[in-house]
Formats: sequence, structure tokens, C-alpha cells
Amino acid sequence: MGYLREIGLYIMMLKGVFIKPTKTSVLRNLILKEIDDLIIGSLGIVCFISFFVGGVVAIQTALNMDNPILPKSLIGFASRQSIILEFAPTFISIIMAGKVGSFITSSIGTMRVTEQIDALEVMGINSLNYLVFPKIVAMLFYPFVIAIAMFLGILGGYTAAVLGGFATGDQFIQGLQEDFVPFQLVYAFIKTFVFALLLATIPSYFGYYMKGGALEVGKASTTSFVWTSVFIILSNYLITQLLLS
Amino acid sequence: MIEVKELKKGFGGDELVLKGISTTFEKGKTNLIIGQSGSGKTVFLKCLLGLFRPTEGKILYDGQAYSELSPENQRTLREQMGMVFQGSALFDSMSVEENIMFPLKMFTKQRKAERRERANEVIKRVNLINANNKLPSEISGGMQKRVAIARAIVNNPKYLFCDEPNSGLDPRTATLIDNLIQEITHEYEITTIINTHDMNSVMEIGEKIVFLQKGHLAWEGSKDTIFRADNDDVTNFVYSSDLFKKVREAVIKDS
Repeated sequence: MGYLREIGLYIMMLKGVFIKPTKTSVLRNLILKEIDDLIIGSLGIVCFISFFVGGVVAIQTALNMDNPILPKSLIGFASRQSIILEFAPTFISIIMAGKVGSFITSSIGTMRVTEQIDALEVMGINSLNYLVFPKIVAMLFYPFVIAIAMFLGILGGYTAAVLGGFATGDQFIQGLQEDFVPFQLVYAFIKTFVFALLLATIPSYFGYYMKGGALEVGKASTTSFVWTSVFIILSNYLITQLLLS
Repeated sequence: MIEVKELKKGFGGDELVLKGISTTFEKGKTNLIIGQSGSGKTVFLKCLLGLFRPTEGKILYDGQAYSELSPENQRTLREQMGMVFQGSALFDSMSVEENIMFPLKMFTKQRKAERRERANEVIKRVNLINANNKLPSEISGGMQKRVAIARAIVNNPKYLFCDEPNSGLDPRTATLIDNLIQEITHEYEITTIINTHDMNSVMEIGEKIVFLQKGHLAWEGSKDTIFRADNDDVTNFVYSSDLFKKVREAVIKDS
């Protein structure tokens, strides 16, 4: 029953986000601030992780290719498939659940603990729209982050493969182009879009409805990370089943 | 003026938190709600603020019942309310000046220069010096309370609500904040309602005092009559403070 109640409350929160909108000029500034905090602020870590994990994927593939019949272009092919299909959208989203999710939960949770949300409500402001809506809009730019992660992941793979002497540049690029199915990119961006909505709303839910003090803000951030990750993994499974099988 | 008629509030269980409160809070006066923890003070204040819908009864704001107003008029009425929270509740990502300008930004069509001018008027009124560009975390608790008061009155509210406005402050600053609230109440003719359990505040600014006990209005009067209240609960509450106990003992000894 507890879980049902939570799901119901989450759905009611989503409804509350879209009613009684905040003044447009205020909302515009809030959205820009959220884009800066959630999207621009995450680029550094995403670029760093993507480049090096892309490199590791290429090296691992190369080191596991014992059979001399296998063409070297397979390194490029395997890197592309792992990075575009899973690493960039899913793995980066799990990392973002830790970085962006914790930030959202703790910032909204702190506002709850220090009565700032009550202050908004007393002024007649729809606090859900004021706090959560800009985050949802900002996260619509999340697919750009994933596109960068894809590019840098493949670049990392290329660099590692070429500099490590596992394949030539031409072989790697040939592998990248082999059997390319454009729908796989569409699939990757569809799930990225779903993950973006989960990343904006689940941590907001845990922050908005938290009770207690500073200690509970920390606990809410951890819980939010766990549940955001669980829902990302579950929706990843469902979307993959629906779109690729 | 705020009139409360037979206000009852419960949260789904059998027990009501507020059990039929009727009283009047007059304009231009500092009205205090006092009582022990768990007496229903906060629930009462939240009902007055329109954050809780009464289970039964009515609250009339200058004759208008909040529950009977259209959502548009409820919003208008809400814009006429200012609130000073116990912990100040300042937006910590905004500077002092931005905090004070916030209600103007949300509810008026004023340009930034006009908003700034009005903010500086109230900043001057609450005696905040050289704090405009500081963040709430960079100023003292007393100054934070002044900012909260400035933010609450910047929109010229008709009703001002304060929840434990001097909690966490040293006695001198607490008295200054109490006096500031009272001065503002008289100056702008606001209906001010303060939720407190601080006897110093009661003696300082209690022009009207409402004493709640277990959800009932047990007694009402003023700071001049509270020491003569013929109600044991009030007497116990008043003399639970060591200072007032000693004052009473001294008076009895002298007499």
C-alpha cells in the first residue's frame, strides 16, 4: 500500500507541476538557471567519463579478440554499438542520477526544511510549478549531453585503439560505418528523453515531500538516487523490449 | 480585521486539533496566539493563512470568507498577506535585496528600478544597513528576521502573520524585532497575528492575547490582564517562566 500511495503522490505532483503557472518572465530566468546547473554543470564529468570509458571499451574489445580471422574493424563496430546503445544513454544517466538527482533532491529538500517552500505557498505561488517545471524544461536539453557523450565515447575508443596499436584509424572508422542502423540512434534518443523526465521528476518528488531536518535531506538524496536508478533500469528494459525486439 | 467563527480543524481521525475557536483580531493591533506546544497554535495560524481548509467554521478577512471566494479572489487575498517564518525562510540563492523584491517581481508589473526603489524604502524602514547585496547566509539571525519582515511588508499587506518571530535570537535583538513588528503594525494599520510562546513578547507587544489549550480558546485578553487571568492554565503558562515566577514571588513577598 505504501508504494501505491507514493506512486499516487508522484502522479499528483506531476499534475501540480503544470497547473497555475508562474509569471513567464520569472520562469524564463529559472529555466536558464536550471540549464546552467543541470546541463552545463554536468558536461565536464560527462565528457571525462565518456572519453575514457570509450577508450576502455575499445581496448577490452581488442584484447578479447584472440581469433585472427576476426577483422580489426570489429573494434570500431563494438565500440559504436556499446556506446550508442547502452553506455551513453543508460550508464551516463545512472551517473546523472547521482550528480543531478542528488542536487535536485537536496536543493528542494533544503527549501522544504527551511520553510522556503511554505513561504512560496503563502505568497500564493504554485511551488511545484516554480521549482519542478524549470527542471523538467532544462532536462529536455539532456539529449544534447548524451549526443556529446556518444561522440566523445567513440573518439575515446578511436584514440585508444589507434594509439594503443590495436587497429588503424581506417579500420576503426570502417567498423564504425559497418551495418549501421539509423533506428538505433532513434531508440537511444527516445530512451534518453524518458530518462531525462525521470531524472527531473523522481529526485524532485523525494525533495518536495521529504520531512525532517538536515539528516533527512541526506537520506532523501540517497533514496532518490536509488529509485531514479531503479526506474532508469526498468524503463531501459521496457523500451528496449518494445522498440528493438 | 479577521473574524474567526466556530473554527474546527481535524486531519481525518476522530480527534479535532482545533475544537471550535471564535475570536476577532483587530486591525492596527498586535494580536498574539499563545499556548503550550501541541495546543494547536500552528494549525490555527495555518488555517488563518489559508494553508489548511477548516473542517467547520469560517474565517472572515474584512468580512470576506476565504473558503467562499473564487480561486482568483483567493489569490488576490493571499497577495494581501505577509508572513514572517520562524526560521525566516529567506531564499538562500538570492541576495537580501532580491529576497525583498521577490513578491513585487511575482505579483506586480513594476520595472526593476521601481522594485528596487520600493525594496530600499522597506530596507530603510527595518533598519537594515549595508546588506543589500549579501546572501542570507552572510548575515546574522537578527538581520535575517529584519529581511523577512521587510519581504513580508514590501507588498503593503493588510494582514501580517509571524510564527515565533524572535526564536533563536538574543533577548535584546528579540525585543528589537518585537518592537519593530509593533511599530510597523501601527504605522501601516495592519492586522498582525503573532504565534509565540515567549512571555517577554507577550509583555512587550501583547495588545490582544489569545490563549489556546488543547485546541480550545481557553482565555483571551491583553498584556495588562494576563497576570489577573482567572484561568489556571493561563496562570501555569505565565508562571512557567523562571523570571515571571520570581517576579510573582517578589510581589507576593512585598505585599
